[in-house]
Amino acid sequence: MKLPMIGAAVLAAAMTMAAGHLTAQSPPLDDSEKEIERYRQMLSDPFSNPGFLAVDRGEVLWAEKRGTKNASLEACDLGEGPGKLEGAFAKLPRYFADADKVMDTEQRLLWCMDKIQGLDTREVVTRRFSGPARASDMEDLVAFIANKSSDMKIQPQLSHAKEKEMAAVGEALFYTRGGVNDFSCATCHAEEGKRIRLQGLPNLSVKGKPAQETMASWPTYRVSQSALRTMQHRLWDCYRQQRWPVPGYGTDALTALTVFLQKQAEGGEIKVPSIKR
Amino acid sequence: MMKHIFAGAALLLSAGAALADERPSQAVIDAYLAATFGKAPPEWQARIKPDESLAVCNTTRNNPSSAQSEAMLKRESARVSYPADGKFLGDWKKGYQVANNGRGGQFSDAPNTVSGGNCFACHQLDPKEVSFGTLGPSLAAYGKDRKYDPETIKDAYTKIYNSMAVVPCSNMPRFGVNKVLDEQQIKDVMAYLFDPESPVNK
Repeated sequence: MKLPMIGAAVLAAAMTMAAGHLTAQSPPLDDSEKEIERYRQMLSDPFSNPGFLAVDRGEVLWAEKRGTKNASLEACDLGEGPGKLEGAFAKLPRYFADADKVMDTEQRLLWCMDKIQGLDTREVVTRRFSGPARASDMEDLVAFIANKSSDMKIQPQLSHAKEKEMAAVGEALFYTRGGVNDFSCATCHAEEGKRIRLQGLPNLSVKGKPAQETMASWPTYRVSQSALRTMQHRLWDCYRQQRWPVPGYGTDALTALTVFLQKQAEGGEIKVPSIKR
Repeated sequence: MMKHIFAGAALLLSAGAALADERPSQAVIDAYLAATFGKAPPEWQARIKPDESLAVCNTTRNNPSSAQSEAMLKRESARVSYPADGKFLGDWKKGYQVANNGRGGQFSDAPNTVSGGNCFACHQLDPKEVSFGTLGPSLAAYGKDRKYDPETIKDAYTKIYNSMAVVPCSNMPRFGVNKVLDEQQIKDVMAYLFDPESPVNK
């Protein structure tokens, strides 16, 4: 497994450069769109996806005894029962009676780290997004857990009153404008076939394929960032580009948006970790 | 005919009611916002406190009633400040720089970052530039197509300074009102749109 991955990193770097070349040469629009599509096809090859390294690291972390309680995460209940990973991610976020709260994967992991392992979650959160010399337990664990729902369908959980509230608030937040540019999620994601510069924008305001393909492809390996990223990072980056204040990691508005987006993406077939530009 | 009009009106009313029913109370929404953005610096949190017009856009999903639209146009028109020297057009070359600059206003930006207008993100301008967005209409040949008409020039200044003085709940940023661009930057972007020498009009 190790050797092909080194090859994969080289290939990924080559693809990044190819993408740079692509924008620099400025071909006519139709051609450039075709080139971008070809580039996306190249990226979707699972054997060249370094995101699977994060899956492997996450598997080790899941079983590792850590924290003041010297416990692993194997007793963590992600909604399907303690230690049951298959299909758990496909139904997250969901309501957890023990916490009396709707949680996404990241929030639930932090809860388990605190309650089961006695781990210092503040330290874990300082490493929420990996960098050149900084591993992220959260990214690795989410990659591992999400991969256990690969090839399954997104099943939004909307039966509990608090899940319903999350979906409704998430929808309202999707349309809430603010920041110096008056931007909301809907500014960019409420119409078909729109672009920012050359970047296509999925319409997430309606149920259907764009929402399914979007939500079913996170977590993803971002070639441009050389890192595996989860939905927490995607939403953090969206709010950054919306010119909003910095959102807190694993907080309720982000979970509400995720519940709403999962609702829009119901039935989407999960393929993760994916690989994106 | 009358029956159809009434039926249509009833449908609109019920759709509006359904939207209002689904939308949680503002207090609930605000609690979620506080949970997520409550630790950001106070000046940043102030940026997501909607003003009167934006509050209407948020509750109606950018579909204000005719009464709300009328009030908004009046309110937002009063916030437009025109150049004291009466000149609307600056330097188109500097205007290109403003139009091409997407920096500023992000929490990842250094505090004294000069903001750009980022016009290309949403609009076609210079027809030779292939990397443009489509959220807004194409503005290629904008001045030329309008015969560089002085009234149109003033209207465009209004639109850039405060889009909602022209279109209620416009998706476009209110660049002047929200102090994203200063007067000179707006004049320069105006020149990029209206100078006959600008690539936009070539």
